[in-house]
Amino acid sequence: MTESAPRPTPASPTPPGGHLLDVRDLHVEFRTGEGVAKVINGVSYHLDPGETLAVLGESGSGKSVTAQAVMGILDSPPAVIRSGQIRYRGRDLLTLPEEQRRQVRGKEIAMIFQDALSALNPVFPVGWQISETLRHRDGMSRADARRRTVELMDLVRIPGAAGRLGDHPHQFSGGMRQRVMIAMALALDPKVLIADEPTTALDVTVQAQIMDLLADLRRDLDMAMILITHDLGVVAGVADRIAVMYAGRIVEHADVRPLYRAPAHPYTKGLLASIPRLDVRGRELSTIRGLPPNLMRIPGGCPFHPRCPYAQQVCVDVVPDDLVLADGRTSACHFAQEVHDDRDR
Amino acid sequence: MSDFETVAATEDQAARRGVSGEPGTPDRVGVPQKPRSLAGDAWRDLRRKPVFWISLVLVVLVAAMAAVPSLFTANDPRDCVLSRQHAGASGGAIFGYDFQGCDTYARAVYGARASLLVGALSALLTGAIALVVGMVAGYFGRWVDAVLSRVIDIVLGIPLLLAAIVLLKRVSTSSDTVRLFAVIFVLAVLGWTTAARVVRSSVITAKEQDYVAAARMLGAGHGRIMWRHILPNALAPAIVVLTIALGSFIAAEATLSFLGIGLKAPTISWGIEIDAGRVHMRESATPLVVPSAFLALTVLAFIMLGDAIRDAFDPKLR
Amino acid sequence: MFRFVLRRLLQMVLAFFGTTLIVYALMFAGQGDPIQALAGERPVTPAQRAYLTEKFHLDRTGVGGFLYRYLDYLKNLLQGDLGQSLTGRSIGDILAAAWPVTVKLALIAMAVTILFGVTAGVLAGIRRASLFDNATLVLTLLVLGIPTIVLAPLAQYLLGVRWPVFPPTAGADPDLYALLLPGIVLGSLSLATALRLTRTSVAENLRADYVRTARSKGLARRRIIGVHVLRNSLIPVITFLGVELGNLMSGAIITEGVFNIPGVGFNLFRGIRTEDGPLVVGIVSVLVVVYLVANLVVDVLYAVLDPRIRYE
Repeated sequence: MTESAPRPTPASPTPPGGHLLDVRDLHVEFRTGEGVAKVINGVSYHLDPGETLAVLGESGSGKSVTAQAVMGILDSPPAVIRSGQIRYRGRDLLTLPEEQRRQVRGKEIAMIFQDALSALNPVFPVGWQISETLRHRDGMSRADARRRTVELMDLVRIPGAAGRLGDHPHQFSGGMRQRVMIAMALALDPKVLIADEPTTALDVTVQAQIMDLLADLRRDLDMAMILITHDLGVVAGVADRIAVMYAGRIVEHADVRPLYRAPAHPYTKGLLASIPRLDVRGRELSTIRGLPPNLMRIPGGCPFHPRCPYAQQVCVDVVPDDLVLADGRTSACHFAQEVHDDRDR
Repeated sequence: MSDFETVAATEDQAARRGVSGEPGTPDRVGVPQKPRSLAGDAWRDLRRKPVFWISLVLVVLVAAMAAVPSLFTANDPRDCVLSRQHAGASGGAIFGYDFQGCDTYARAVYGARASLLVGALSALLTGAIALVVGMVAGYFGRWVDAVLSRVIDIVLGIPLLLAAIVLLKRVSTSSDTVRLFAVIFVLAVLGWTTAARVVRSSVITAKEQDYVAAARMLGAGHGRIMWRHILPNALAPAIVVLTIALGSFIAAEATLSFLGIGLKAPTISWGIEIDAGRVHMRESATPLVVPSAFLALTVLAFIMLGDAIRDAFDPKLR
Repeated sequence: MFRFVLRRLLQMVLAFFGTTLIVYALMFAGQGDPIQALAGERPVTPAQRAYLTEKFHLDRTGVGGFLYRYLDYLKNLLQGDLGQSLTGRSIGDILAAAWPVTVKLALIAMAVTILFGVTAGVLAGIRRASLFDNATLVLTLLVLGIPTIVLAPLAQYLLGVRWPVFPPTAGADPDLYALLLPGIVLGSLSLATALRLTRTSVAENLRADYVRTARSKGLARRRIIGVHVLRNSLIPVITFLGVELGNLMSGAIITEGVFNIPGVGFNLFRGIRTEDGPLVVGIVSVLVVVYLVANLVVDVLYAVLDPRIRYE
């Protein structure tokens, strides 16, 4: 079992006080009747105050599962955290007793989800759902919670907030519902906001509004943000760094500009080539051939090799380590430098 | 009247989830499934289940009893002598005699025929109505579906026992055969709705699939598409529902006969036997207990059989 | 909300006319001798024949006569005049005496259902695939598979005759204790169904996305299950209980018949047994109305509980 061997964590400079959030060598499995799916295989990433990290990948790449592990809301069964650490301000969240872990949720790290319609409870008014957090976590009085709820709804730019407290989720449009989700997540002034595909379920025009709102809020409230998406287009204007995930691993980790300019992993390259671009005419859109691997039978060697145009025999035999490139970025590819320098394909 | 509703309450979920499965759709974890035959999986699952085998043996036993009752008892159930009233076990009469001096065991054995006949024929008739209505509603959709779904809602809203009382009152003085078919007719007319819903939803699932669209583009007519492509998909879930329904039809027949509006003597039915045994339970309980046990085990066998098959086809909610 | 109720009310009125017309037509249309049909195999005295002819306007013939008779029946039904049974008693009086008993029995059954069925269902739903869950699944399957005509007499025999814990029959003016065993028997079927429904509903809701949201808000598990999950998963359960209460109110024919409880179901049971046509028609007509009203109440209840329906 070469793929489960412990691998070195990505080389990244640790500031003196340590990172705000630091995920180290996380391994998560889903144990079902059909077998064991290795969903996360040694993911490490970190987040510093005020920074936005984008986690990019296809569905099934493990990006949402990593976030849910950070939040401590994985469904177990089937999920089992095999090993690793999730350090928040130096404390490993995975070793905290459940009661203390619960205190972290919402207050320190908050999360918004892809489909706000199903993520909000259908039978309670939205005002009730936002103020529930305030009243039961902060012990606010009913009147204070109501006042604060209106403030939060104003903050996320819901028009006529005070008049909509009693409305139910299905009475809002998709964009407004996502704003309600955001208001709810912001209720306890979290230091980290995890946004799990916050715009995927929305129309394109609304997508842009929500992304702008998130970027503004992150800046105004001085939060750090993890933005999970499969859409490279969403990332560019918002993120500081990007971690690209494939088959439960981070295959490339870099600042936004260098990554867009010259990806150092064939998978990232494939993703970038599949975005339609306005500035390049007459070029056919390319796609990545093949399908993501079955997580119960991840191929040996580099998990991407069956789909990789650069694959050689070494990719079949040896699991690539994270190679550190010149500018401090990492890529889990035997040919990272070649891919980086190869501008044509 | 609740025998039907309890079945309905559990059935519709199987219908919504569509037993036919969705090939090639990766699940939430993003694990692409190796395409495997659903029926094969279900069979492998069923083989390991004791409940399945026990209920299957019971069903076969009752079916044999209904077909050739003389295999199980040498006595004549209509040979009743009042001097043997509530006499103990003797000869072939292993459970003794009832109030009329008839062999309790023989009467229970011979009662299987009416129960199974009513159950099986009602289930067949139900299946026919359900397949036609469900396929037409699911396949043509739009206003046809709207109208038929309304009809299903209305029939589903009729209280079974009350309706059966009203309907069967018409034939209260008719001959035995007429009454038998009247009971079958009433059960089918009031009981087809659940199966129709199941068929309708599996037809809707099947209709969306690519090969059906392909068949349509190749110019296949409605009849051919329905017969060749859609019916096979709707059949498996319908059979599961009908197996469970067969159990409830047997219970419903016994209930109607118990009340005196279903089958009547001289037809031998467990419902009539239970009613007769009940009246004289203080003197002797066996004439009550024996047909009760036969009826309960038969109904349970069919319900457990259907339940086991459905679980095998639909493992999600276990 | 108002429009929703209004629409359902209109639907109910239509259903009322439709159902009563069908009941009436099935009872009377196309019979050789409608009076004999009402009385079944019993001989009909000239006095009864005269009463029935006058009561049901049987002297008129044809479709017009049928409609006239139907409207007359409907008018009487709406005025609460149900006529007389073949024994000469006013059906209205019979029902007035029977209702309180039936309601008492139904409430006992309902209490049993809620106390044990819903509670056990919630527990089984939370601890899915546990020993408790599997045990309840097997037990409820047994209860669902055993018909009432088996359960009621056997319970009566075992707990009333063999080991007389309860009185075997209730008699004319039953007290609460006498109604307890029949109430449990009657409630057992609703109990099993309610348990399974609650279990499935709770288990499904526990996997819903909004539960994940509630967890990420840092709410305590007690609150997530007790408020968020229960509020959602009890919607179908309460709806079912409403329908079931309607069913129970409209007479537990077999249970009341077996335990000799002088409720509505018992009178219907006796009407069928003694082939008392007018009594059966009268009771069935009233029960259909009860059933329709119960369904309406349940629909409105559903709308109150589920805001998604309310604003449709």
